[in-house]
Amino acid sequence: MPAQVRPIIHARPEIHRPVNNTFIMLSVMTALFLNGLPWHGIWLMLRPDFVGMVLLYWCMNKPWRLGIGLSWAVGIFADVADASLFGQHALAYTVLAFGGVVLHHRLQMFDLRQQTAQVFGILVLSYAVYALVHWLVNGYVVWLYFLGALTSTLLWPLLCIILLKIRQKRVDRE
Amino acid sequence: MESTQSFRFFNRGPSPVVRLVFFAVFSLLLLFVDARFRYLESTRSALSILVSPIQQLAAVPGAIWQFVGDIYITQSRQHSLILENESLQQQHQLDAAQLLQLQTMQAENQQLRHLMALPLSYDFSAQLVEIAYAERDVFKRRVLVNRGEQGNIHIGQVVMDDIGIVGQITRVYPWLAEVTLITEKDHAVPVEISRNGLRAIVFGSGDTSQLSLRYMPVSADIQNDDILVTSGIDGIYPPGIPVAKVVSVERDPAYPFARVVCLPLAGVDRHHHLLVLSDIPKLPEPPPLEKPAQVKIDKRAKARRKN
Repeated sequence: MPAQVRPIIHARPEIHRPVNNTFIMLSVMTALFLNGLPWHGIWLMLRPDFVGMVLLYWCMNKPWRLGIGLSWAVGIFADVADASLFGQHALAYTVLAFGGVVLHHRLQMFDLRQQTAQVFGILVLSYAVYALVHWLVNGYVVWLYFLGALTSTLLWPLLCIILLKIRQKRVDRE
Repeated sequence: MESTQSFRFFNRGPSPVVRLVFFAVFSLLLLFVDARFRYLESTRSALSILVSPIQQLAAVPGAIWQFVGDIYITQSRQHSLILENESLQQQHQLDAAQLLQLQTMQAENQQLRHLMALPLSYDFSAQLVEIAYAERDVFKRRVLVNRGEQGNIHIGQVVMDDIGIVGQITRVYPWLAEVTLITEKDHAVPVEISRNGLRAIVFGSGDTSQLSLRYMPVSADIQNDDILVTSGIDGIYPPGIPVAKVVSVERDPAYPFARVVCLPLAGVDRHHHLLVLSDIPKLPEPPPLEKPAQVKIDKRAKARRKN
């Protein structure tokens, strides 16, 4: 059954060509850039976690290229960029990457809609880790912060389509 | 041979669970070390050199937006600019006159102090810095400014604007410094009420831009519109700089302390430019707590209990 619903994202036969390492790195850096834009007030609450989404995408699609270890390293960079405590983002992204790597067979079978529902769960888990660490350190939780998980999920299909289009274009060109 | 090869092919190191546990434990360890001991500041500043290009790039769109906004100044905006310019000119003249007065008074004061052979109370210089970006964590009241170790900024320096105290330098990177604003949760500033000299400590409340005076007895002489200025008692803040204004005082006899809410006077989350004060004379170290006295009291108490 999953094979029938699959064509929604894989409309064109995709050549499973190894993804360029530079492309993965560029996507992660772009995500760090987007996270670093000057978000303020309510927009900061609604800001999707671009880095988390991109990491989850690669963990799902190329779990052997970008896995838990690299996600952790990117998390350390995110901690430096956000001036948060060392390990806060790293822990959240480790959990996120674990979710992606463990479920990657299942998630690749799903169509975009089912995938998005699963991704929401994983994202909420990583946000919960972040909130938990914050609660342990500072002693309070801002629940509005979880709105970011919602917006991230809403942007997930868009991210998937964009990254897939770029990958296909690269295949077409050759 | 073949079977081992295929086994090798699929063997990609430890399983995800092992990796998860390893990295989670490592993260928690880092968290603990960073939160408790702050050993990792040098690592952080080294990594920040790698990240800072991306951060600077991320600040570009905002700068372009502002630049474009500056180009397309509308008619009304121009008018208001002219008006503002005029009022600033007038203010400048007034200030210049006052400055002259101040200079003469400073000279006079110095002479008097020399006469009385007193040490100079305070004489500090200031450095102008620009806010590079605001903190991207919802929970924090911090900004990063565009001077760091290279610009001779040190941890603990006081940051103010033209009106009053804004915050304190809490972290220094090679080209950036982090300012914790006075509205950060549990950030404390020793103050006194300028009307009657009552000493107090004003705390930030974190989630709003308010401040609160804690541990003030219900009977304390505080009124609305009282101005709080730094008392200079701890030696970090120079004395006499405005900090906040009291906006509401609730005295509920059910509680031992009054609830006093204040608003910061300085544009804590408004301006682009800030002043970093330097060369504030350090106070001598406070004497160690006198433990013997306490022991004596304890002994007396015990003696009383025995009797």
